[in-house]
Amino acid sequence: MLTYVLRTLLKMAVTLFIIITLVFFATRLSGNPIDFVIGEGITQEDRQLLIAYYGLDGSVATQYWKFIASIFTGEFGLSFLERRPVAEIAAERIWPSLKLLFSTAIFTFALSIPLGIAAAVYRTRFVGSAIMVIAFMGYAVPPFVIATLLVLIFAYTLNWLPVVGDGTALHFIMPTLAMSGMFVAALTRFTRNAMLDVLGQDYMRTARAKGLPERTVILKHGLRNASITILSVVGLQIAGWIAAGSVVIESIFSWPGIGDLLVRSAIMRDYPVLQFGVLMVAVAVICINAAVDIAYAYADPRIRLAKG
Amino acid sequence: MSDLTSSLPQTVRRPILSPHRIPGYALWCKADWVLRIALIVGLILVLLTIAAPLIAPFDPNHQSLISRLRPPLGFERYKAGFFLGTDELGRDILSRCIYGLRLTFTLALAGAVIGLLIGGTLGLLAGLVGGVFEDFVMGAVDAQIAIPFTLIALLILAIFGSSLEVMVLVLGVYGWEQHARIVRGEVRKLTGMPFIEAARAAGAGPLRIALRHILPNVVSPLVVQFTLNFSNIVILESTLSFLGLGVQPPTATLGSMVGVGRDYLPTAPWIVVAPAMMILLLTFAVQILGDWLRDHADVRLRSR
Repeated sequence: MLTYVLRTLLKMAVTLFIIITLVFFATRLSGNPIDFVIGEGITQEDRQLLIAYYGLDGSVATQYWKFIASIFTGEFGLSFLERRPVAEIAAERIWPSLKLLFSTAIFTFALSIPLGIAAAVYRTRFVGSAIMVIAFMGYAVPPFVIATLLVLIFAYTLNWLPVVGDGTALHFIMPTLAMSGMFVAALTRFTRNAMLDVLGQDYMRTARAKGLPERTVILKHGLRNASITILSVVGLQIAGWIAAGSVVIESIFSWPGIGDLLVRSAIMRDYPVLQFGVLMVAVAVICINAAVDIAYAYADPRIRLAKG
Repeated sequence: MSDLTSSLPQTVRRPILSPHRIPGYALWCKADWVLRIALIVGLILVLLTIAAPLIAPFDPNHQSLISRLRPPLGFERYKAGFFLGTDELGRDILSRCIYGLRLTFTLALAGAVIGLLIGGTLGLLAGLVGGVFEDFVMGAVDAQIAIPFTLIALLILAIFGSSLEVMVLVLGVYGWEQHARIVRGEVRKLTGMPFIEAARAAGAGPLRIALRHILPNVVSPLVVQFTLNFSNIVILESTLSFLGLGVQPPTATLGSMVGVGRDYLPTAPWIVVAPAMMILLLTFAVQILGDWLRDHADVRLRSR
C-alpha cells in the first residue's frame, strides 16, 4: 500500500512538473509579452523597468528558476489588465465555480443513477432502450449547443429564466442543465453497465430467494455492489470533465467563475492570469485524481494488502 | 436445417457488377436502421464538404446589407433564394453553413490524422524499443491524460493567436495519447506471439517486422479510436470557435456561426439554429458510426 501511494504521488509530481514547465515555455515562446500589452507611447526606461519587474531579463534558466521559485513563494505577479495580484483575482472566482459544480454534481447523480438502474432492470423493454437513446444523444450534443438552445427557449421565447450571472436560484437552472448533459449521459451508461454486471450474480438470486422485496434486492444488493465500479470510473474522469465543461458553460452564462476567467484572459491575452488559472485548475485536477486513485486503492484489498 | 446451412459462411462467385463490390456494402447489409440513417447523413455531409462550391448558392462571405437578418423560407419577410435566411451582415446562412461544415470537417479530419500519426508512431516505437524511451513516452501519456485538454488548447491559442495553422496544431495534439496507449499495448501483446518470432527467425529485420507484421494487426483498434476521436475533435473545434478562440471571422465554421449569432438570438434565432442543427447532424452521425464500430470490433477481438 505504501509503495502504491508513493508511486501515485511520484507520478503526480512528475505530471505537475511537466505542466509547470509547459506553461513556462509556452508563455515565453511567444516573445516578450510586455510589448503586446503596453502598446505605444512608453519610454525606453519604463519598458526596461517593467521587463525587470516581470522578471523577463536574464537567461532562460534564471527565468525558469524565478518562475519555479515564484510558485513556491506564492508571488504570481499582477494581471496585465486589472493591475491586481492574479491570486486575488482567481480567489474571487473559486466560490462561484464551486457552487455551479455542486449543483451540477447533485443534479447529475440524482438523475443518472436512477436512470441507469432503470435502463439495466428494464433492459429488454422499451423504457430501457429509450433511456439509452437519450443518454447517447446527450453524449453527442456539445454542451454549448445545449446551452444556446436552452437560452433561446427558456430565456428569449418563454421569458422564464435569467441568463447572465449567478445572482438567484433561478440563475442556476440553465447552466446546471447545460453542464450536466454530458455527465448525465456518461454516468447513466456507466451505471447501466455496472448494474448489468451485478444483476446476473448469484447473490442476487439468493437475495430474491430469501424473499426480500425487489426494491431492497436492487438497491441494497445490486446498487451497493455496482457503486464501486461506478465510482472508480467516474472518479478518475470527473475532474477533467468538469474543467472542460465549466470553461464553456461559465463563459456562455457569464458565470463569475474560474472557467470564465480562463476564456477571458485567453482572449485578452492576460498571460499572468491565464498562466495562474491554468496552473491552478491543472493542480486541482491532478490532486483530485491522485486522491481518487489512492482512495480506490485503499478500498481494494488486493492493492491495500499487496506487498511491494 | 435450412437455418443452419444459411448461416454457414459460403463462398459465392460474384458477378463483376454485383453490389457486393461497392466498398461498405457489407457494412450496409449488417446495419440496423439507426446506423443506416447515420451512414446516409454522413455521406450527405461528406458530399456537401467535397462539393461545397458547386452546391452553395452564394459566396459565403458576400455581404448585402440591404437584405440583412432575413428569416428562412416560410416566414414573413423571407427573401427568395435565401432558404435558411441571412445573418447580421446579409450573408446567406445556407452557404455559410455548407462552407462552415467544410472547414469544420477538414480541420477535424486533419487534426484526427495528425493525432493518429503522432500517437501511433510514438506508441509503435515505445512498444518496439522499450527501455527508457518507453518509460518516457508512457510518462508523457499519463501526464497528458491527467491534464484537461481544454487548458492546453486555451494556452496554445492565447499564445500563438488563432489562425488556421494553430487550430490544426491544437486539434492534432488532441487524442495522441489514446492512440499511443492503444498501439503500445497491442505491440506489447503481439511481440510475444509466435508469428513474430517466426518472422524474426526467418531473418526479417526490425523495420520489416514493425511495418509488415505488427502494424496491420493494430489497424482495427486504431480505426475505432480514430472515429471516436474524430467526433470529439468536431466538438472541440466547434467549442473553441464558439468561444471566439478558433478560426477568425469572416471565415465561417459551424461553431463560430453559433457563437457570433448568439448576440442576435432574441430577434434572429435562425442564425444560430441552422448551424447548431448542422453540428448535431455531424456529431450524431460520427458518434453512431464510432459506437457501432467499437461494439463490433470488440466482438471480433473476443472471438479471435
